[in-house]
Amino acid sequence: MSILSEPATKLRPEHQVSPLTSVKLAHSSSPSEQPPSIDPAPKRLVVDAQDISLTFDTADGRVEALSHVSLQVAEGEFVSFIGPSGCGKTTMLRVIADLQQPSSGSLEVNGMSAANARLGRSYGYVFQAPALFPWRTIEKNLKLPLEIMGFSEAEQQQRVEHYLSLVNLTGFERKFPWQLSGGMQQRVSIARALSFDPAMLLMDEPFGALDEIVRDHLNEQLLQLWKSTEKTVLFVTHSIPEAVFLSSKIVVMSPRPGRIIDIIDCNFPRDRSLEIRETPEFLKIAQRVRTGLRAGHSYDE
Amino acid sequence: MTSSSLALRLQTRRSLLRHPLVERYAPVVTMVLALMVIWYIAAVAMNWNLVRDGFEREETPYTTTHVLAGTMSAERPLLPAPHQIVSTFVDGVFGYPPLAPRSLVYHSLVTLSATLIGFAFGAIFGTLLALMIVHSRVLERSLLPWIICSQMVPIVALAPIFIVVLGAIGLTGLLPKSLISAYLCFFPVTIGMVKGFTSPDPLQLELMQTWSATPRQVLFKLRWPSAVPYLFASLKVAITISLIGAIVAELPTGAEAGIGARLLAGSYYGQTIQLWAALVAAAVLSSGLIGIVSLIERGVNRRMGAH
Ligand SMILES: Nc1ncnc2c1ncn2[C@@H]1O[C@H](COP(=O)(O)OP(=O)(O)OP(=O)(O)O)[C@@H](O)[C@H]1O
Ligand SMILES: [Mg+2]
Repeated sequence: MSILSEPATKLRPEHQVSPLTSVKLAHSSSPSEQPPSIDPAPKRLVVDAQDISLTFDTADGRVEALSHVSLQVAEGEFVSFIGPSGCGKTTMLRVIADLQQPSSGSLEVNGMSAANARLGRSYGYVFQAPALFPWRTIEKNLKLPLEIMGFSEAEQQQRVEHYLSLVNLTGFERKFPWQLSGGMQQRVSIARALSFDPAMLLMDEPFGALDEIVRDHLNEQLLQLWKSTEKTVLFVTHSIPEAVFLSSKIVVMSPRPGRIIDIIDCNFPRDRSLEIRETPEFLKIAQRVRTGLRAGHSYDE
Repeated sequence: MTSSSLALRLQTRRSLLRHPLVERYAPVVTMVLALMVIWYIAAVAMNWNLVRDGFEREETPYTTTHVLAGTMSAERPLLPAPHQIVSTFVDGVFGYPPLAPRSLVYHSLVTLSATLIGFAFGAIFGTLLALMIVHSRVLERSLLPWIICSQMVPIVALAPIFIVVLGAIGLTGLLPKSLISAYLCFFPVTIGMVKGFTSPDPLQLELMQTWSATPRQVLFKLRWPSAVPYLFASLKVAITISLIGAIVAELPTGAEAGIGARLLAGSYYGQTIQLWAALVAAAVLSSGLIGIVSLIERGVNRRMGAH
């Protein structure tokens, strides 16, 4: 792996207050007070965004979707973005995915430019909508990225089976998307993003349209997956419990201009269960997220 | 008759009216019958003077009934009655061996071959143009005005020029006809396919981008399948236009075979019935062609998971 030897790779001393967890905040009023992460292995940076700004020029004026945002994500982290509508969560993800170019600032993904990271197929992206291809069966939908990346026929078949069972959709191979419910379709799109085993997952409100029970179930599965694969996950959500339950780091954002107002470390053990949602620690972090959100919302009035 | 049996009969009649076959075909049959009635009335009205003048010229005594019968069976009526057209059509189709010069089948085949070749050329050319337009803004700006201009010149004016010029360099017969056909029918395909190739959802295009798919993969795995509904819609338009192109192309040359030639001969010699029979042949041909395209469309849709 040539990436490892690149100068951008930053090592983190063990059992110390890591420079990575004390993330630089653009407009931070309350720096992180959480105990340092107890992750044992030294981790390199997967996302290193410095002072990113992005302005949209629209017919009725300029919109500052992102304003001087700095964020660093180390390998294997689970980072949730939470904030009121229009605060730039989607834009942030799209910038990291190189679907949108920042107006200013520097951004490195996997130690290279975001464009190269995209060309290197280093992430899987789950949009808010399933965006399946209606003329392909579920099986064929899962195979699409694999076909594009040139996997062998046998490998494709094996991965389809594996990832369909992961999202509990075995038996639906031959169905067309319109024969599945919205939640099932979204699970297919998650399986599709996982199918080529990218090191990083970018998920934009993937469970937004699902009912609470399915959501809980998928949350647990996502956590399981994250634990077993050590993937880096960037996850947009509107749900405070979801963010606190899943994340190792919560990024609270605020609109007009879109910016980060708080970054909260959240280091529950990796094999947490849904029950931790009742614990005082959980509620304390949730409260802090809520406070951050309120502060952001006050700009509305 | 008891009242209950009457009720029963009414009920059966009502349920007969609701029979699926009746429900499906009753509107069509009613329309056709209404048209027939109008047509017959028009035929009588339009041929009346013609027939009466005929009797007077020959100085034979006649009654209204004679004139009425005459309007239905005139040899060269202004407007032939439907049964005359049908019998001439049937005679033209089945009365001669298929390749005899008087057979409508023969003439239809001549026109059909030009139509199909022109359609194939037009559809392929139209799709290629659409591809070029979709992939390059520059090409769009430089090509589109010309494409639109090409369709503003009336084909009846253009066809003779085409045929004379091509004839001068030794190209006669099928090829010039197909070219005119193609010239007419590429346009709806281009317009439809530009729309089709740009129809994918932005999310789907962005997904392709996140997988860093090549432009070729985006074309074959996304743009092309998304364009299929547009393709069939434009093919249906194109194939009828292509038939019209082939017929129009047969007019200026005074071609001796083809539906166009029959139309020309019919109008030249005042053979109105023959003219109408040739028109019916053209109508049958074009419905048949659209039917075939629709059938293929249905098959393709089924394979693409349409419901
Ligand atoms: N393509 C675009 N053109 C113009 N303005 C845009 C565009 N995309 C986003 N914006 C603006 O940028 C701001 C941030 O949008 P973004 O989609 O990132 O918000 P979000 O945090 O994802 O909101 P939500 O929670 O509703 O999804 C909004 O004010 C939006 O209007
Ligand atoms: Mg969003």
